Amino acid sequence: MAADSTLALSLVEEFVSGLQDSKAKDAAKGVKDGKFTVLQLVEALGSSLTSSQPHTRARGVLLLSEVLQECYRDLTEREVEVLIAFYENRLKDHYVVTPPVLKGLKELTKCTNLPPGSAVSMLRSVFQDIHVQSLMLSERACVYSMLINIMETREAELKGLGADFVFGFVQSMDGERDPRNLLLAFQIAKNLIHRGYELGKFTEELFEVTSCYFPIDFSPPPNDPHGITREELVQALRAVLTGTPNFAEFLLPLLIEKLDSDVQSAKLDSLQTLAACVSQYEHKHVAEFLQGLWTAVRREVFQTSSERIESAGLAALTALTSCLSRSVLSSDSEDSLSTFLDFILTDCKHHLCEPDLKLVWPSAKLLQAACSASTSASHIITAAVMPSLLEQYNNRAQCSHRRTLLEVVQRFIHSVKNCQSSDNDESVFLAFRESLCGVVFSALSENNSSLQITATSVLTSLAQQAGLLLESDIELALDHLTRLLLIEEDDRVSLAVAECAGALAQLHPALVISKLIPRLKNEMYTDQGEASELHSHHAVRQRCLSALAAVSIQPSVVQESTPVLLEVLRSAHTGNLAKKIFSVDEVVLTCRSLQRIAEQVQDTEEAGRCFHNIIIPHLLSLALQAALQGEKGSVKGLTSFILRHQNSFNLNLLSITYELTDFHPLSPEATTASRAVSLFLDGDVSFLPDNSFPSHMQLLKGDSWSLSRLVCLLMGSVCSLPRSVEVPQIDKLLSALEEMSCTCSHPLSYTSAAKCFAGLVNKKPQGQFVSYSLDSCACPQVSKALLLRYHPLFTTLTDKLFSLLDDAGLGPMAAADGFSLLMSDSTDVLNRACHADVRIMYRQRFFSENKAKLVQGFNAAPQEKKPNYLKALSNIVNKLPKQVQVTELPALLSLLLEALSGPDQDIHLTTLSCLEPVLVNPPQVLIHSLNDDSVFSFTLQSVRIASLSCISALSYFPVLPFRARVLRALAKPLDDKKRLVRREAVQARAQWFLLGSPGGR
Amino acid sequence: MSEGTRLENANPVIFQRSGDRVQTASEEDEDVHDPIDDREIFDLIRSINDPEHPLSLEELNVVEQVRVKVNDAESTVGIEFTPTIPHCSMATLIGLSIKVKLLRSLPDRFKIDVCITPGTHASEEAVNKQLADKERVAAALENASLLEVVNQCLSTRSI
Repeated sequence: MAADSTLALSLVEEFVSGLQDSKAKDAAKGVKDGKFTVLQLVEALGSSLTSSQPHTRARGVLLLSEVLQECYRDLTEREVEVLIAFYENRLKDHYVVTPPVLKGLKELTKCTNLPPGSAVSMLRSVFQDIHVQSLMLSERACVYSMLINIMETREAELKGLGADFVFGFVQSMDGERDPRNLLLAFQIAKNLIHRGYELGKFTEELFEVTSCYFPIDFSPPPNDPHGITREELVQALRAVLTGTPNFAEFLLPLLIEKLDSDVQSAKLDSLQTLAACVSQYEHKHVAEFLQGLWTAVRREVFQTSSERIESAGLAALTALTSCLSRSVLSSDSEDSLSTFLDFILTDCKHHLCEPDLKLVWPSAKLLQAACSASTSASHIITAAVMPSLLEQYNNRAQCSHRRTLLEVVQRFIHSVKNCQSSDNDESVFLAFRESLCGVVFSALSENNSSLQITATSVLTSLAQQAGLLLESDIELALDHLTRLLLIEEDDRVSLAVAECAGALAQLHPALVISKLIPRLKNEMYTDQGEASELHSHHAVRQRCLSALAAVSIQPSVVQESTPVLLEVLRSAHTGNLAKKIFSVDEVVLTCRSLQRIAEQVQDTEEAGRCFHNIIIPHLLSLALQAALQGEKGSVKGLTSFILRHQNSFNLNLLSITYELTDFHPLSPEATTASRAVSLFLDGDVSFLPDNSFPSHMQLLKGDSWSLSRLVCLLMGSVCSLPRSVEVPQIDKLLSALEEMSCTCSHPLSYTSAAKCFAGLVNKKPQGQFVSYSLDSCACPQVSKALLLRYHPLFTTLTDKLFSLLDDAGLGPMAAADGFSLLMSDSTDVLNRACHADVRIMYRQRFFSENKAKLVQGFNAAPQEKKPNYLKALSNIVNKLPKQVQVTELPALLSLLLEALSGPDQDIHLTTLSCLEPVLVNPPQVLIHSLNDDSVFSFTLQSVRIASLSCISALSYFPVLPFRARVLRALAKPLDDKKRLVRREAVQARAQWFLLGSPGGR
Repeated sequence: MSEGTRLENANPVIFQRSGDRVQTASEEDEDVHDPIDDREIFDLIRSINDPEHPLSLEELNVVEQVRVKVNDAESTVGIEFTPTIPHCSMATLIGLSIKVKLLRSLPDRFKIDVCITPGTHASEEAVNKQLADKERVAAALENASLLEVVNQCLSTRSI
């Protein structure tokens, strides 16, 4: 024991007199290891604590505090009590002693076994003996942390202190300036409010001491190590100010005052705080400020200069209205809501009568914001506004006025929809149903396209109001829509009409089936004898087809609409010239409509079955028939058309099968796939309707291109399967495809075969590989399939691709197509939608593995082969993700610039387009070469445009010294002979003029 | 905004914006020379922001395509603009913005003439004289605060 006290003594000696800070650690270790207790340490400190030198005493206390920092967990309650008494006493000492004393007290507040009453006595002495704001930054932080610690553990005791605690806190934070401490202080204030401390008569003081920071104006210094943002402070302060309704009488006038400020951020903050605070308030808190708040919000929305402020103002108005609406239910205060709405109505309603003036929209927005707050508010406002809007509509003759009015009506219906979701009251608009329908139908019969478009969107909104429209209204609406579809020429109108019909079909499928579809079907099959009418009838059919696609969302509608479409295809195929004529465009559009239906139809088993059992076999059989007839030479009429345009036909079919694979993962599509495989390999046609095909067709071996290109149908059926589904007879299939891709001479056939092959290879399980001999055509496709899944065989294939770059004949083709194919996202087979095995970052991997090879090859290549390499490089870099481009570009810049100075304009275009987004830190050389007048003398206007947009992009970087030169150089393309180039030049020059200019950038 | 800085015309009439120019086949053709026409000049100035409202000059009908006259061969441009109210104090500033926009966007060969539509402003002559005076326009652009306002009118807003 004696030895231990000497140890303690020597440590004290070295720390206090020797000023060795590390000894505090040793002392703490001693206490922890049980060599001496804290109280023994205090005894050892005796002489230094009683020294006549304040600095020695401070040093002594510091040692004790630092030891406490390490071992506050191990203290007994008795020890804590003694230490607290000691520290409280020290607070009265010389000011240099205060910092270590506060530090010690802070450590003690972390103890879990504080004796009862000690927290209170500690706080009393802190509030009494020291003036917080005259302390240094870190000591003030110490006091705030003390408060936070005690509030966590001793809430009951502190509440016993009553309002004195609040007063003490208010005094200690009054005048705080440091953002770090403010965050702590705001947290304490928030705790005071949210945990129900009694504020008593100090409510206003607490509000004053915090609200004086509102609105927060703080911009962190550059290189701020503490990382405090303005937003953090704003949120912390807002939590305090909006925390309690008791602040209402102080906060609301403050907000009204700050809203009048010229500073945009202050306005925004005030509006957001307003929206946040009223969610806590009741009507009695806001009643007396309603007029002022309304005036302020109205001014911001009427005269706004920024959309953020406008939307914040509208949000605040909505919050305020819903605050007033809440209390209606509970008390006698119907008044305050209706008074407030009266303010709004008197100020805004008359603006709605001037549909060509600016304020019509701000007024409508304000009314709609209030309207969307609650059902009662929407009842009051619509009752006041709707009659006059509808009357206006009927009185105005000008279409633009009518359209504005109709748009306002539409927004009203929409805003009411927002607030009505939960309660199933009858619709607010029930009283106006008849007149609204009248207005909509009259607008639909009007001869103005924008009016018609607006009317369709009103109709959609009305239909979405649950229980508003009667069945007869919908029927009438469908009649109008059908009429528009049949007669209206304007594309935008028919698009809007189709969209509206789609929305109606979602809600009322039965009516659409019984009213709309039969009429469209009828219209499509009626004969138009006159040749002059043929053209317009053609357009009608096209609109009918798109409308059919638009309404087919519900499975029940799909079952009615798809037979119509299939019928079109069939009659286009079998029909002869004399009778019904469906032009090629119509056939293509029909396929596209089917594709669209496949994309949008609701994912149900019913719809899936319909597609797999009816539509796909029909389509396959039609394609096959067309191909067969082509082979026999009995091509006549439309069959030839179909054949000529089979590409798009087949591709559409393909995407239909893709879309469908997202349906029920296993059953139907596996059958489709195996049927397709057996059709192609064995000529099994049993599943096709109209079974009149010769048996044992050789679809994969024939020489006829019309049959062989059906392979892309196979691709559609088998390549979209998920990896888990096994393709039957896969090895036989693969070798057949491989042979076809090598021997077939028809481009579509051999690319499809290669793609199909690649798609299957990509999904083959690891380890089942045979090395396939590959010819040059399939090479890019297959390398891509392997690259995507990081297969080891891939490197041999890339080597082959690189060697092709030196091939005189294949070089340009392989370079341009091969590498861009390798790097780009594949649209048909090798993508995630088709369940291909796509690893992340395969592009980066390819680039980093092969860039050296590329540069080497470029340097070694003879002069006439160099363009091939540049083209390959340009294609690769263009497809890399931006982040990689940014880091890799500087190294490749010289090569790319060389590409720019070459003769090939296609290379210029790709190179420039990959340069533009990555110009982060443009080296001088780049600016010089872009600035060169020769850049503007390219013959292709697309290249001139691309280089100008590069220059425009450059203006975002620190390039001020070049401003004058660039502006001079840009004067020349202003007089370019092509308008599009001039437009780009004007934009680039405007950007450069703003650079470094006041009010610019 | 306090009471003192009320807008002069708080509720102006709004006009519809015209759509983007339709691109024609001849514009795509490399060999055809596209002349600078009225619509092209109008496209340059219609998106200039009003100094007071968050609206473009086109929406306030301050500029109209019929009041733009260009002669590509003789290299002249004449523009008339119409202030929303006869006492508009911003007329000079609007005229200056139009002039600066055209100076920046047209080749040097053009002579640019910007003036107020006759009979639409109280101090029409004075404003026209200021805008026609090259020295005064140059001097105005030396003034940093004036240049700042002009640049704000000319910077593209995302609509």
